Amino acid sequence: MHRVYTKIVQIAGDVVTVEAENVGYNHIAEITTQRGVSLAQVIRLDGKRVSLQVFAGSRGCSTGDRVRFLGHPMRISASENLLGRIFNGSGAPLDNGPALSENLIEVAGPPVNPVKRVIPNKMIRTGIPMIDVFNSLVESQKLPIFSIAGEPYNELLARIAIQAEVDIIILGGMGLKYDDYLFFRDKLEEEGALSRCIFFVHTASDPTVECLLVPDISLAVAEHFALQGKRVLVLLTDMTNFCDALKEIAITMEQVPSNRGYPGDLYSQLAARYEKAVDFDTAGSITILSVTTMPGDDVTHPVPDNTGYITEGQFYLKNGVIEPFGSLSRLKQQVNGATRPDHRTIMDTMIQLFASYRETLEKQAMGFQMSAWDKKLLRYGKRFEKEMMSLNVNIPLEKALDLCWEILADCFTPEETGIKPSLIEQYWPNRQKKKGQIVV
Amino acid sequence: MITKEKRIGKITRVYGNMVAVQIDNVVVQNEVAYIWHRDERLKAEVIRVRANTAELQVFESTTDLCVGDKVEFTNELLCVELGPGLLGQIFDGLQNPLPLLAEQYGFFLKRGAYLTPLAEDVEWEFTPLVKPTDKVRAGDKLGFVPEKIFKHYCLVPFGWQGIYEVIEIVPLGRYNLKTPIARLRDTEGIIKEVYLKQLWPVKIPIRAYQEKLKPTEPLVTKMRLIDSLFPVCRGGTYCIPGPFGAGKTVLQQLTSRHAEVDIVVIAACGERAGEVVETLKTFPKLIDPRTGRPLSDRTVIICNTSSMPVAARESSVYTAVTIAEYYRQMGLHVLLLADSTSRWAQAMREMSGRLEEIPGEEAFPAYLESRIASFYERAGIVRLNDGSIGSVTIGGTVSPAGGNFEEPVTQATLKVVGAFHGLSRERSDARRYPAIDPLISWSKYKAVIPEKYRQRGIEVLRRAYEIAQMMKVVGEEGTSLSDYIEYLKGEFFDFVYLQQNAFDPVDEACPAERQKYTSEFIYEILEAEFLFEDKQNALSFFQKLRQLFRGWNSSVWQSEEFRTIEQQIRNLVEEKRLKKEPHHA
Repeated sequence: MHRVYTKIVQIAGDVVTVEAENVGYNHIAEITTQRGVSLAQVIRLDGKRVSLQVFAGSRGCSTGDRVRFLGHPMRISASENLLGRIFNGSGAPLDNGPALSENLIEVAGPPVNPVKRVIPNKMIRTGIPMIDVFNSLVESQKLPIFSIAGEPYNELLARIAIQAEVDIIILGGMGLKYDDYLFFRDKLEEEGALSRCIFFVHTASDPTVECLLVPDISLAVAEHFALQGKRVLVLLTDMTNFCDALKEIAITMEQVPSNRGYPGDLYSQLAARYEKAVDFDTAGSITILSVTTMPGDDVTHPVPDNTGYITEGQFYLKNGVIEPFGSLSRLKQQVNGATRPDHRTIMDTMIQLFASYRETLEKQAMGFQMSAWDKKLLRYGKRFEKEMMSLNVNIPLEKALDLCWEILADCFTPEETGIKPSLIEQYWPNRQKKKGQIVV
Repeated sequence: MITKEKRIGKITRVYGNMVAVQIDNVVVQNEVAYIWHRDERLKAEVIRVRANTAELQVFESTTDLCVGDKVEFTNELLCVELGPGLLGQIFDGLQNPLPLLAEQYGFFLKRGAYLTPLAEDVEWEFTPLVKPTDKVRAGDKLGFVPEKIFKHYCLVPFGWQGIYEVIEIVPLGRYNLKTPIARLRDTEGIIKEVYLKQLWPVKIPIRAYQEKLKPTEPLVTKMRLIDSLFPVCRGGTYCIPGPFGAGKTVLQQLTSRHAEVDIVVIAACGERAGEVVETLKTFPKLIDPRTGRPLSDRTVIICNTSSMPVAARESSVYTAVTIAEYYRQMGLHVLLLADSTSRWAQAMREMSGRLEEIPGEEAFPAYLESRIASFYERAGIVRLNDGSIGSVTIGGTVSPAGGNFEEPVTQATLKVVGAFHGLSRERSDARRYPAIDPLISWSKYKAVIPEKYRQRGIEVLRRAYEIAQMMKVVGEEGTSLSDYIEYLKGEFFDFVYLQQNAFDPVDEACPAERQKYTSEFIYEILEAEFLFEDKQNALSFFQKLRQLFRGWNSSVWQSEEFRTIEQQIRNLVEEKRLKKEPHHA
């Protein structure tokens, strides 16, 4: 029997405090207000005073409203019936389909025992050279796209999702613009992927706090499928909105802020979600791709900063391309040794030369005379930007590696690249043919 | 007075991982308490007492806990079990063996599931070293059992004060951890039993030794940049701060593989689970070249990853350092790698916030500095009771917010460590690994190469940096040829000596002997004067030199290939070298 309480003693921000007894920490309650029923979660117990964060926001809440405790933490139905469906941030259907209540699982479950994880070793091919060659994506990786507002991050996310070979795609939208939501839906439908997708969408017009549940719900469902041996890809966009909701609640609860108003446990909160990415020993896997928009393109902002310390690298989206500096896939070493013997060398050499090119660009901008070496670098950099970095390029890894050799041979002599002689012998494109093109 | 009766309290407040408990009895600061919730029993630690309310940090998720739940106080501080069977194990921050937990509970870490850290029924071949009537004191060796490749000594419990007389010691034979192996009598005549294992509270340093010595002997990590320029000593401390993605963890992993120590304790504190998995899956397969045994045989992993409960994160570094001290007491050299101390500091900050303490800088508690200092002070090289030497070296990574070293954790750490390996984003972006920035790093210890070479190396790097800055303003054409050559020398030194390829089987670990040899050769080149027609000429010379050196670095030490390439390099250098009178050496 669920007890109902009516003694709301405080409403501040999106937190209401009610006097109640025998309430469990983190449990879920339903608040019935004149605007309808909203879910709320217990975030502090202090004697009889129970503080709840109200997911639909406290606007319109009255001190006489009824609070019914459900006696358990947040739960979500997890079954095949979810596939192809669209839900809101609290798990209620948005697509006129029936509400689901079978096989309820608790969200935000316990962490995975590290010894039951396996070392990730399966590369996810995307056809984007900046990812495949330079920062390979790996199954069970957790990787955010760092970006400023206005960059095509959702397009990139959708493109990777469609090209990645996974069984199930779960989209968790937080503060998603309505057109972006439609974009995802239409794009996935176009590619015939909608039937293996599940959407949990909190749009920008919904109350901010409601997005707090989205990552937990998405990942709980993902975990359910992964345990059944499925390979699940979870897309979370945009995690900065999630962090801002955390900040809002923390300030309402009068927590001492640590950095720019964000709570001191921001790191742990983010880690609890991102660490759900896993490759289970003898079961499936969860890969997390997320978007973190950086206010003012500032990577030292607490949200991207804490995220970077948790995730296994990041893609840095800037001016419409994946920036080679700052972008990193920490797991690439697990897979790029087994692709082709030249993969790692090409990756390092190309980037080192590109770094020199950027320095040369600076010199050029300041009006310095360009040496012969500078000219070579300029030629190289231009080709690299056009044929590698552009997001329009869609070629398999092997083709991309061949193209890298061709660009190198076109711009430099073998010694100038600093590549080991044994690799030069094997891969350097036929020098006779190219000789005429070498600029000295 | 604490009586034998059970002390029970009731929860009055739950907030995050903190609970407040009302108790009408005595409470001990930092004692362990258990929260009873239905059939679950959750471990917690008292961290503040106010009137009849004790505030506890809970080492588990607090979901479901209710006001009124029963709490039982134990009068024990948070302890670890010390004894044979630690090596090769993987524990969580509270010393629960993770493989055993996985066996019993499957994929997930079940809340409230605690297992004994050391298998109690396993029998160990015990050899006594003392006989009845011998006089012993805390830390003395009573006998030993073989553990992996080590003699694991059974020691008189570290907390026992005064002199004891051996009354009885078991003969050579097989014993498990539950059987007493000796009975000792103190001066008052009270007889106590000694087992193969003992308990020790994690937050108190083990002090059963004669004296603490000054660290002087280098700890070779086989990384040229560290050993030659910014060395670490056995019994010393060092820290590695760096922004994310600069390679802290890779550096720690390489060190844990190649460092010349007996035992490595890895404390994965609040970091990615994936990285720990890599260590724990690969170490049993990697062979330690010095012992011919798997690396896991000399490693203990304490793993409290970022998604595991925050309070246990704080205890994990203490658990790790206590285990390190324990093996030091056997006369072994132990290296403790803590990754990352910032997560530990953040755990303190979270707790401090919940306790509503007055915050210091960036909301870290005011006692942050003293906690960090007392942790690093547990490192040291000591002379034990029997005159043998053991050491604990601590290397901690720091993850400063925004990569800014001005933040409180980095600053508090820098005050107490002996070496600072600062990683920089610029170096890692340029793929210059290890990304330790030679312009900001320092060490108070002695390097494996002669000081003259070291000084010259650092000097050429500084000079090259200055010239590079200047070149940005005046351009290459505005730079004199001699300056340009200095710049190239600096770049050359950086490329062929500081940088090391972690994926090359030879170059990933460079022994001290090879470092001495190579650094001498490089010193010669750095000191040499060259004759070039123009800058282009100089550039291509150094590019060629760099190319050859790369090959040299990945050739096996003193092999045919090694000597051939060395000769090629010498020829190339002689070709361009400005010939001087023979007296110039």
